[in-house]
Amino acid sequence: MADAPEKEHPVEAYGYAARDSSGHLSPFKFSRRATGEKDVAFNITHCGICHSDLHFIKNEWGIAAYPVVPGHELVGIVTEVGSKVTKYKVGDRVGVGCLVGSCRSCTNCADDLENYCPGLILTYGSKNVDGTRTYGGYSNFMVCDEHFVVRIPDSMPSDGAAPLLCAGVTVYSPLRYYGLDKPGMHLGVVGLGGLGHMAVKFGKAMGLKVTVISTSPGKKSEAMERLGADAFLVSHDPEQMQGAVGTLDGIIDTVSAAHSLLPLVRLAKTNGKVILVGVPEKPFELHSFGIIMGRKMVGGSSIGGLKETQEMINFAAEHNITADIEVIPVDYVNTAMDRLQKADVKYRFVIDIANTLKP
Amino acid sequence: MATNYEDQHPNKAFGWAAHDSSGLLSPFPFSRRENGVDDVAVKILFCGVCHSDLHALKNEWGVTRYPLIPGHEVVGLVTKVGANVEKFKAGDRVGVGVIVGSCMKCEACNQDLENYCDKLIFTYNSVDWDGTNAFGGYSDSIVVHQRYVLRFPDNLPADKGAPLLCAGITVYSPMKYYGMTEPGKHLGVAGLGGLGHVAVKIGKAFGLKVTVISSSPGKEADAIDCLGADAFLPTSDPAKVQAAMGSIDYIIDTISAVHSLPLLLSLLKLNGKLVAVGLPNKPLDLPIFPLVLKRRLIGGSDFGGIKETEEMLEFCAKHGIAADVEVIKMDEINTALERLAKSDVKYRFVIDVANSVSPK
Repeated sequence: MADAPEKEHPVEAYGYAARDSSGHLSPFKFSRRATGEKDVAFNITHCGICHSDLHFIKNEWGIAAYPVVPGHELVGIVTEVGSKVTKYKVGDRVGVGCLVGSCRSCTNCADDLENYCPGLILTYGSKNVDGTRTYGGYSNFMVCDEHFVVRIPDSMPSDGAAPLLCAGVTVYSPLRYYGLDKPGMHLGVVGLGGLGHMAVKFGKAMGLKVTVISTSPGKKSEAMERLGADAFLVSHDPEQMQGAVGTLDGIIDTVSAAHSLLPLVRLAKTNGKVILVGVPEKPFELHSFGIIMGRKMVGGSSIGGLKETQEMINFAAEHNITADIEVIPVDYVNTAMDRLQKADVKYRFVIDIANTLKP
Repeated sequence: MATNYEDQHPNKAFGWAAHDSSGLLSPFPFSRRENGVDDVAVKILFCGVCHSDLHALKNEWGVTRYPLIPGHEVVGLVTKVGANVEKFKAGDRVGVGVIVGSCMKCEACNQDLENYCDKLIFTYNSVDWDGTNAFGGYSDSIVVHQRYVLRFPDNLPADKGAPLLCAGITVYSPMKYYGMTEPGKHLGVAGLGGLGHVAVKIGKAFGLKVTVISSSPGKEADAIDCLGADAFLPTSDPAKVQAAMGSIDYIIDTISAVHSLPLLLSLLKLNGKLVAVGLPNKPLDLPIFPLVLKRRLIGGSDFGGIKETEEMLEFCAKHGIAADVEVIKMDEINTALERLAKSDVKYRFVIDVANSVSPK
């Protein structure tokens, strides 16, 4: 019979968990493994709230096993390293994103594509190698294999860095893989939330012209004046959308709500690319004519590998990019989830774990 | 007042045309323009019957202008060239494919990607340079601007080579563009018709392992024994589909009927690519997780540019690739089109125009 979460492992831990598909989070005692020879243990100072956390705690993907401690945008300070750890030492500022393990032997892992490993272990909601459940970053500390830990550069604040670990790499990776990173290219960003605002910042840092495409006209001044987008299209305004047909080299679609693909395909130039990083539940309708005429493509992308995550963090540090956040105490987390559901945040909540999560 | 097609232009011509969306073709005397300085006049020898011809004849896309003479897989002999034409001379064997004109000055045209120009003149069912209807290759002659006339290799047979002018380039172009030509990689060809059978041959010539993916189990013997495919995957067999998941690098999807994209996507490896060249008349469901979780893409492609089409013809000539055809006389065309609608042909009809199209 499985041990109670508190007794599963030798080291006591505490955090907030959802216990059923209401998604309501409340204090939760559990435990973590002792620091193994390749492990890095760190006190979590901050954890970003990703929209995936919300999908997961409400069991929208049908895979939740309760209790769930979400959180896969963690930053903290190293307290202990295993005997075989070479990259980190006590006192270092580090982060962990969406993965805490992979098989380390398949071709994907060998190609630094741990995010596509069939045996990947997610930071929360997965089964560890020892069969126990993984618990995420809405908690006081973390123990993680060195390979899945990244360094947070000194110049980067912990709170603004945390969302990079999922939102950042999720848009950075496809910009690189699909070649939408050449200065002068014109990038469309659909949806201005956690992912979207990061895509605008990375796009501008790469020298792209960036157009934000959104259902909310009220986001225009934010997009252009604060985030630096070059243009803004209201997606349900047929005249604006018609005027932009065939103008974009690439489009990053971050929207998870149901929406149409064809209008986005039409915005793409010949050879243009529509990249999906949001995951609406219902399938799109693919109009073959839309992609055949103009040789356009629709591709997907899922988070990023570890090497790429570190590369992205370093790029962000170099270009002074951090996420736009609202820092909250942990006991605000349920209200934050309600607001997140309504997209009422600019643009990521980050839990101030260090100062507000108490045993 | 109805247009008198016989008197529209100075040179008499004869073909078969449809006059309404029944798509039934019948003898049709008309005329072709006199050569301009850039024009090449061609006596048509053979014309392939493309499934697009059938779609257009029946006005399935809602854009057909009747009378319609279809045909965009033309092989013929040059009879006369205009004063500025240096590339061709009388007696040359040439091809005419899907287009006879483009704007010649946009980004696409300047990159030899005429097929992506916004102002295309298609070989049939378009408005030609002079404002008249463009009539296609189910006819005895055609006059085409030299830029859109293709050199036809000597060692390519005219009858079996004609279908390459649409079917061939339609699969060759995306295979090059999407990087689907690395020897040893695994290509899936979905649909075994005019496009599909040429894709198998071209895929083998690139050194790929080729699996034909089909809803018709009866096509297996042909696929493997006649066309040289390495394997056959019947989509109606769930166990075989399951076993093949994540095993294919690229898929050329030639299927024109509504079909399951998730099934095809599931066959692709990480970073796999599916290229859509078939044109179902309804949208297909595209679930997002299969694309996102394995970074796969689905791309389209639309025939090919002129230079690329010539490159494809040379490639096919070099590798001994031509279509598998059933040669028919012009007066058999309506029966052939009925059979084509049921996919009852291996794998392209080709009209022996020179020997069967003339005013009686």
